[in-house]
Amino acid sequence: MNDREKVDKTRRTLVVATGVAGGVATVATAAPFVASMWPSERAKAAGAPVEAEIATLQPGELRVYEWRGKPVWVFRRSKEMLESLKAVEPFLTDPESKYSEQPKYAKNENRSEKPDVMVLIGVCTHLGCSPQMKPAEDKAEMGADWVGGFYCPCHGSKFDLAGRVFRGSPAPKNLEVPPYEFSSDVALMIGEDKEKKGA
Amino acid sequence: MASRLQALWGWFDSRMPSAAEQWKIHASEYYAPKNFNFWYYFGSLAGLVLIIQIVSGIFLTMNYKPDASLAFGSVEYIMRDVSFGWLLRYVHSTGASAFFVVVYLHMFRALLYGSHRAPRELVWIFGVLIYLTLMGEAFFGYLLPWGQMSYWGAQVIVNLFGTIPFIGPDLALWIRGDYVVSDVTLNRFFALHVIAFPLVLLGLIAAHILALHDVGSNNPDGVDIKKTKGADGKPLDGIPFHPYYTVKDLVGAVVFLAIFCVVMFFVPEMGGYFLEANNFIPADALKTPQHIAPVWYFTPYYSILRAVPPIGIDLLGIAPTQFPGVLAMGVGVLIFFFLPWLDRSPVKSIRYRGRLYKSWLAAFVVVFVILGYLGVNPTTVWGQFKFNAFFLDTKDIATWVARLCTIVYFLFFFLMPWYTARDKVKPVPERVTYHH
Repeated sequence: MNDREKVDKTRRTLVVATGVAGGVATVATAAPFVASMWPSERAKAAGAPVEAEIATLQPGELRVYEWRGKPVWVFRRSKEMLESLKAVEPFLTDPESKYSEQPKYAKNENRSEKPDVMVLIGVCTHLGCSPQMKPAEDKAEMGADWVGGFYCPCHGSKFDLAGRVFRGSPAPKNLEVPPYEFSSDVALMIGEDKEKKGA
Repeated sequence: MASRLQALWGWFDSRMPSAAEQWKIHASEYYAPKNFNFWYYFGSLAGLVLIIQIVSGIFLTMNYKPDASLAFGSVEYIMRDVSFGWLLRYVHSTGASAFFVVVYLHMFRALLYGSHRAPRELVWIFGVLIYLTLMGEAFFGYLLPWGQMSYWGAQVIVNLFGTIPFIGPDLALWIRGDYVVSDVTLNRFFALHVIAFPLVLLGLIAAHILALHDVGSNNPDGVDIKKTKGADGKPLDGIPFHPYYTVKDLVGAVVFLAIFCVVMFFVPEMGGYFLEANNFIPADALKTPQHIAPVWYFTPYYSILRAVPPIGIDLLGIAPTQFPGVLAMGVGVLIFFFLPWLDRSPVKSIRYRGRLYKSWLAAFVVVFVILGYLGVNPTTVWGQFKFNAFFLDTKDIATWVARLCTIVYFLFFFLMPWYTARDKVKPVPERVTYHH
């Protein structure tokens, strides 16, 4: 009789069953600990829409608003700036914003509901830094063919004035456009739009 | 008196004989090769830095507040108002960098003398795990001062996990516990930094040393000293760790502490390499600093991350993603685990290796340093190419140098089975060489 035959099968089954039950209990015990690390109810509740005044917004001026803890840019583009968007198209990763995130009303050549007023989440789609506006005058730093846009200091991604990323940047997608709507002629609400209200 | 002490020891020893037994196994009768050189200081120095970090960390915790509205202020309070608070903080911040200096040199020693090769693969694996844990520990600790660099560094590194296909975004959310790096994140990083990771670190260090003492230490000749034993059964080329190496390591510790103190008292910020200027500005979620770079010990990997462009396949509708860069960075670190099996050389020590390995190792060190240097600088640091070419997706010279270095970095590992097996090696002596 070898060792294998000496095994008490009932006892072995019980040992295995106990082991499995213990394993299940361990996983179940771990679950609340893991779950405690998800955003709390308080964190989920924060995120009300923010109002941005645009009556006094000058062409080329950029204002930063905090929405859901993220910087949101609201800026006005001049005619030359809007023309530059066409000129840079051959150098962009995703000129038509096919792979990028924006509400339907901003999925156009200007990436905005009204051509001149641009709203963007100022968070690089690479790893979450906040890019800086570099006007066309910054040619010394940004290169001779620079027509104005944004530059991310973390990993050197470059974006045009519609937040579209230039090829060769580590950022894979264009900057995200948040939902927004014009609450009047002089103000817009960031984080609120007709689509969402309907839904 | 002496007899009283002896009696007390006898009382203790009869109740816990394993104490004396462990001392013998790990110190007084642990036979280490007699030809250890300069490179063998860094293991015990890593232990010393660990103690420095734990002690200074405990005292910092007494005055630090892990709360986004109070953290920055409490660090300033430690620096200005707590007696010797500035010293505690500089000990801890200098210690963090010193830890990586010592660990990098300790790892390089293994590459020199083949200390990771059979039968020490487990020692090496525990060592790489210690290195990974240390990276996590340093990362969590860097958020705590809640300065601009703390904040944006955490933002970037947490988002690295966010690029993992499918689970990434949820994983990043789970790590942060919020939609952005916030008070919640700070609070949990504090918990991980002061208790969870230090405990893991201690466990791994225990495993690292136990595994080492089971198989015995390697040496600069890569010769197995257990092959040549005297009549008493002790290796002829071995000497007891205590007192010989405890005393030798003490000399190393004194020299190390002298250098440590010079840095700590005179250049604690190390020109921005140990403590970055932007971290003296409170965290601002709406504004990324002009120039952002991780602390020096992460920069080689940060350079690899930056060097890899996002990849997407338009035809298949796969959106461009930064994941390949993150993957390269991850593989760059994790590949160290496989080193014992990638190396096929019949000899361990660089003393008996041929030109091939020596050249590759030299190239590896050079690209590691270049990648580290580029990682602390913006990609525009070396200017731009003056010409246009179809293959130039970016004209930044530094990015192309980083790409070249990244390739060499990986070739060092991927070609290792080939060039180590092919290398012309010299005959290894029977016993260690020792000329004194």
